[in-house]
Amino acid sequence: MPTQTILITLIALLIFSYFIGHKRSIAVSSLDKGRRNLHSRPHYYGYMVAIWAGIPALLILMLWSAFNSSIITSLTVSGLPDTLQAESKDTLGLIINEVKNLAVSGQIAEETDAVKRDAAYNYQRLQSISTLAKTVVVFVAALLGMLFAWRLINPELRARNKVETVVRWGMIICASIAILTTVGIVFSVLFESIRFFESVPASDFLFGTKWSPQTSIRTDQVGSSGSFGAIPLFVGTLLISVIALVIAVPLGLMSAIYLSEYSSRRVRSFAKPTLEILAGIPTVVYGFFAALTVAPFLRDLGESIGLSVASESALAAGVVMGIMIIPFVSSLSDDVISAVPQAMRDGSYGMGATKSETIRQVVIPAALPGIVGGVLLAASRAIGETMIVVMAAGLSANLTVNPLEAVTTVTVQIVTLLTGDQEFDSPKTLAAFALGLGLFVITLLLNFVALQIIRKYREQYE
Amino acid sequence: MSNSNSTEIIRAGLKKRYAREKRFRLFGIASLMISFAFLLVLLFTIVSKGWPAFQQTYVKLDIELDESVLKVNSNSDEDALYSANYQKVVRASLNKMFPGVSGRKKKRDLRNIVSNSAAYTIRDDVLAEPKLLGTKQTYWFLAKDDIDVFMKGKIDRNLPEDERRLKDYQFEWIDKLIEEDRLEKRFNTVLFSNGDSREPEQAGMKGAIMGSLFTMLVTLMLSFPIAVAAAAYLEEFAPQNNKWVDIIEININNLAAVPSIVFGLLGLAVYINYFGVPRSTPLIGGLVLTLMTLPTIIIASRAAIKSVPPSIKEAAIGLGASRVQTLFQHTLPLAMPGILTGTIIGMAQALGETAPLLMIGMIAFVAEVPTGVLDPSTVMPVQIYLWSDSPERAFTERTSAAIMVLLGFLVAMNLIAIMLRKKFERRW
Repeated sequence: MPTQTILITLIALLIFSYFIGHKRSIAVSSLDKGRRNLHSRPHYYGYMVAIWAGIPALLILMLWSAFNSSIITSLTVSGLPDTLQAESKDTLGLIINEVKNLAVSGQIAEETDAVKRDAAYNYQRLQSISTLAKTVVVFVAALLGMLFAWRLINPELRARNKVETVVRWGMIICASIAILTTVGIVFSVLFESIRFFESVPASDFLFGTKWSPQTSIRTDQVGSSGSFGAIPLFVGTLLISVIALVIAVPLGLMSAIYLSEYSSRRVRSFAKPTLEILAGIPTVVYGFFAALTVAPFLRDLGESIGLSVASESALAAGVVMGIMIIPFVSSLSDDVISAVPQAMRDGSYGMGATKSETIRQVVIPAALPGIVGGVLLAASRAIGETMIVVMAAGLSANLTVNPLEAVTTVTVQIVTLLTGDQEFDSPKTLAAFALGLGLFVITLLLNFVALQIIRKYREQYE
Repeated sequence: MSNSNSTEIIRAGLKKRYAREKRFRLFGIASLMISFAFLLVLLFTIVSKGWPAFQQTYVKLDIELDESVLKVNSNSDEDALYSANYQKVVRASLNKMFPGVSGRKKKRDLRNIVSNSAAYTIRDDVLAEPKLLGTKQTYWFLAKDDIDVFMKGKIDRNLPEDERRLKDYQFEWIDKLIEEDRLEKRFNTVLFSNGDSREPEQAGMKGAIMGSLFTMLVTLMLSFPIAVAAAAYLEEFAPQNNKWVDIIEININNLAAVPSIVFGLLGLAVYINYFGVPRSTPLIGGLVLTLMTLPTIIIASRAAIKSVPPSIKEAAIGLGASRVQTLFQHTLPLAMPGILTGTIIGMAQALGETAPLLMIGMIAFVAEVPTGVLDPSTVMPVQIYLWSDSPERAFTERTSAAIMVLLGFLVAMNLIAIMLRKKFERRW
């Protein structure tokens, strides 16, 4: 049975086991003093039976599906002749892929290579054995669990407490998924990065100024090694992010000041959500806007005043990214500005200061740490932003700080390295994970510092 | 005396200070206005570019379903009918209408007045009703993208001939077609009924819409229960000052700020390479997006659960309910509007997300409309990215139209969220 059918049958079985549990509890209770005698209400007995039937079976199903393919692959490999097994890892992987495709396509008999034909038959046989075994084991586990729980039922059984313990553990596991995700991210980028640094020294990656990840297919080709100096990427990322912040910080901050200090309630209730729309627009739309409208506009503008602007200039991507993070800056600044106690403003007004003087000399200095934190958060968002730069920034790594030239960024390179058709184990794809690690660490640090600053600042006024 | 002196000084400076006050205020208004202007320009550009894509040009041709040209007749079996060369009768009809076209390039251009889907249209008709063979039928076919672009006024006739996509002789053909009322613009149903295609006039976003739908379904089914359970645990059951709980909270906050592309790397390394989840499917897309939306929904759900007054929970417990019963029978139902609002907003974010999906193969060209979570498919934002990369003029238009459809979905979702909040929001 395919996994989907197993799942559906299992769900039907769970519903059935709920009902027999429910029924059994009533039957057991009526033997002596009636339902009042039951420790828990009947449906808890039903849940309990369903849990016993479901959880072991589902666990088995999950583990089986997760490790099925790797175990079958290794079994198929061990079935190959020794001479083939001695081949390098890459060749072996290719052969296994061919064998799998053969088995899936169902045209094994047409294959001319006897070894591959045998392997494909072997693979098919293992696969069908595994599927059959999985079906049997899962259902036996479900039925055994059901039977066990069904026999447990008696009026003294504390079914509710048992069900609630399971529910609580389920909730703890759900909450812990956040940790699992972080661990998953760290390990996936870390392991692949370590493999990358085995072939490319870390110092070359961190301090190299030349980025051209094109590794050649034949070893005797010129420039076959490829160079993986990440400095131009990080400089490019920084350049675009700085442009974005130059646009977003003044606009966002001034908007926030106006909305929180000057505007009437009606204007605010209309303007704030409108500004938030900018944050809700998907980044791919911004990318399209940048590539199709802003970049040509800037190029024509540059031409008319005698500047040569690249058609994929850092400026276009940066400006559009700046627009995107305006609401980010403004809502964070709005929060911290509103958190400044009114007494401080009143004191300043009492001394005869005008509103703008109060804002500039009292409110902003008081809110500064929070604003800085907000700007750092916005910066981390800009650094990690992908679609705008993929669509509007260049591909060639250019070590420059001239905003009119085309630069490339970390995220652009990750996308280009991983969306082509190449072997997963080449340094080219592994480089993407090393870049991802860098990106993850940088944004994590920025966020950590920003949150720390904001938290400290909040405590000050609480 | 000195007192009035300083008053004088202050008074002298007042004008300047008021001017500065006014300027500061103006800066505030200006920056708000600039931000709004950006928004307006963005929306205007998209709408003005995408609007024409909702119309599509059709060409009327008289087709003689000549049995000798097609080499089949109404008694032929289905296979023969299926594989007959219907392109030939289309070509014959065009040749008859514009006799004397010679030269390889001109002949090809003539053929390219109608989309190559014309042959399939005829084929499907003949398969359904073989008696049509030997008769003369009038068809409205999709026009090729260049004709379509011209009909929408995007090709300037007055440009020098070598600078435009259509040549003078093509204009003659088009003029003749217009004269005979054989060109017509209609509502573009293709955009919503077809999957992706390399031919702009045949490319639709049904595949992407269905892909998005399946992906969102997987995301919702996974992230909603997990997020609600996590939020309920953290708010109602988690012990205070527990290391594990602190670590969970820090992790949730950090995940909310991790760049989306990193989740794509995780999906590629863990889901695809380690667990062997098939790439390019809504399943893997949903799994990755679940991890991304979890923090959003958890944070919103926690706020909603927190806002349920303790008196209600205490009353339930006082009447003998257990804490789990209190949660499921009182707290969660009361917090549900807030939780749902957060979920819809999280889903809207996931619907617009592109970058992580590029890593896990949803960028592949898929012409078929997916029918399940294990079919290869793409999603709307990735479709937008793919189309925006295509060089044909007609694809630019379709990209904007796809963006309009995507934005439409997002607006609808956010409106639902706002309405939910308005309708069920309670102040205790």
